[in-house]
Amino acid sequence: MKLVSAIIKPFKLDEVREALSAIGVQGITVTEVKGFGRQKGHTELYRGAEYVVDFLPKVKLEIAISNEQLDQVVEAIETAARTGKIGDGKIFVYDLEQVVRIRTGETGADAV
Amino acid sequence: MSKKLLSLAALGTLCTAFPALADGAPTLVETKVISAGDTAWMMTSTALVLFMTIPGLALFYAGMVRKKNVLATLMQSFAICALITVLWTVVGYSLAFTPGNSLIGGLDRILLDGMLYLKDEGKLTVHPLAGTIPEAVFMIFQMTFAIITPALITGAFAERMKFSTMLVFMALWSLLVYVPVAHWVWAPGGWMFDHGVLDFAGGTVVHINAGIAGLVAALVLGKRVGFGREAMPPHNLVLTLVGASMLWVGWFGFNAGSAVAADGRAAMAMVVTQVATGMAALSWMAAEWIAKGKPSVLGIVSGAVAGLVAITPAAGFVDAKGALAIGLISGAVCYWSATSLKHMLKYDDSLDAFGVHGVGGIIGALLTGIFAVKEIGGVEGNLMTQAVGVGATVVYCAIVTFILLKLLDMVMGLRVSEEEEREGLDVVLHGERVE
Repeated sequence: MKLVSAIIKPFKLDEVREALSAIGVQGITVTEVKGFGRQKGHTELYRGAEYVVDFLPKVKLEIAISNEQLDQVVEAIETAARTGKIGDGKIFVYDLEQVVRIRTGETGADAV
Repeated sequence: MSKKLLSLAALGTLCTAFPALADGAPTLVETKVISAGDTAWMMTSTALVLFMTIPGLALFYAGMVRKKNVLATLMQSFAICALITVLWTVVGYSLAFTPGNSLIGGLDRILLDGMLYLKDEGKLTVHPLAGTIPEAVFMIFQMTFAIITPALITGAFAERMKFSTMLVFMALWSLLVYVPVAHWVWAPGGWMFDHGVLDFAGGTVVHINAGIAGLVAALVLGKRVGFGREAMPPHNLVLTLVGASMLWVGWFGFNAGSAVAADGRAAMAMVVTQVATGMAALSWMAAEWIAKGKPSVLGIVSGAVAGLVAITPAAGFVDAKGALAIGLISGAVCYWSATSLKHMLKYDDSLDAFGVHGVGGIIGALLTGIFAVKEIGGVEGNLMTQAVGVGATVVYCAIVTFILLKLLDMVMGLRVSEEEEREGLDVVLHGERVE
């Protein structure tokens, strides 16, 4: 099993969710996050006081999937989240040791 | 309040009928001298000016602080409103607006004793500055001015002052600074009144007074922890824009209400208030756009407030052309004072009580001397006379404010501790928070 974690632009969330649903992904977890990468922040100015805002708002998705789904899922996120401009985000893939569905107690691939 | 509230003819008639009016004391008159129109407008104006402080100014300031201090900032304006209401009733009104000497009024209206409405006899008291409305309306209209002035000062020491000390400071400041200066400028027999200083609605009494007290407070208290090193952006400019808009609307009561009548002069005051404010908002926006590349929301609303401040002493004396000039100048100069002067001199006037109210008030008071039109206010302005008014207010207010703050620092302490300041005043001082 794999855990895919993707940082994307907030306005791309709906497109990514639709793309993932279309290939049969059963569930995702979404967190609002802030961070920086190659994309530069911006400057804010309040009555002459200038603040450089380095951390930009992004959305982080976490998706638990079976090994077979991996390539398809990564490709779906990549395609849906891409604008071609700097700041589109990154996708991280981890090995996932165990999954438990709390309601039924199912474990492993059955619980994904 | 305009000192020439009544036309000379009306004043003459009243003085003949009620000789006591001549010395500036409120008098018992028949209810038939009361104008329903004037009274209705002045009761409306009173509500408008109260609305400027709560919630107008409270929101204007609260939006500019960090989220951890939003309730504490709102609380300052609200508590001052309650505090000054009581003080003005007990002694403030009497000391400001009853006859005494040229420096301070008398004690004839302690606890509003003698302010009468006698239903069966069909009589009531009127104040000589407002012969067509009940003294009760004049008193409470003036109360709302006494409320907003100390509330304006809170912008200078936002996010760091102890609430307990603030209450004591504001009570003392109101009695030792606001009340005497109001007496000097507005009460018949006050020395600036007799000297011919023009202040229609409170450029000196309210705005220069509050602005200078703010500057002194910012200097005595010192900067906020982390000022200049840490980001302190406004947490919600929506509140600030809503508050500024309420100030704009409420200011019609402040300026047009200062005619103390529903008449042609009130109408002129209303027009120039609107015109100067629009011009000043554009002026600040343009200055910022040219200098920094973007027209900000905080900028345009600050410009509007600067225009409102600057037209305050001039409303009732100037025409629309004068209002345009006052708006243009105050918007650009206040932009400079709130953005450049403050950083150049390195004081932390957190929400620009001095940069907007002090500087805007001084500009307005001086320009009143230049743009006053005789046909409107019955007087021609004089720049030197205005400068005397400004100078005396600045010096007196600065000295008394400084002494008060130094004394209170020794007795009670002015600031919360550094840890408390980092934690935020909402939780530390009031045990509440917004989320």
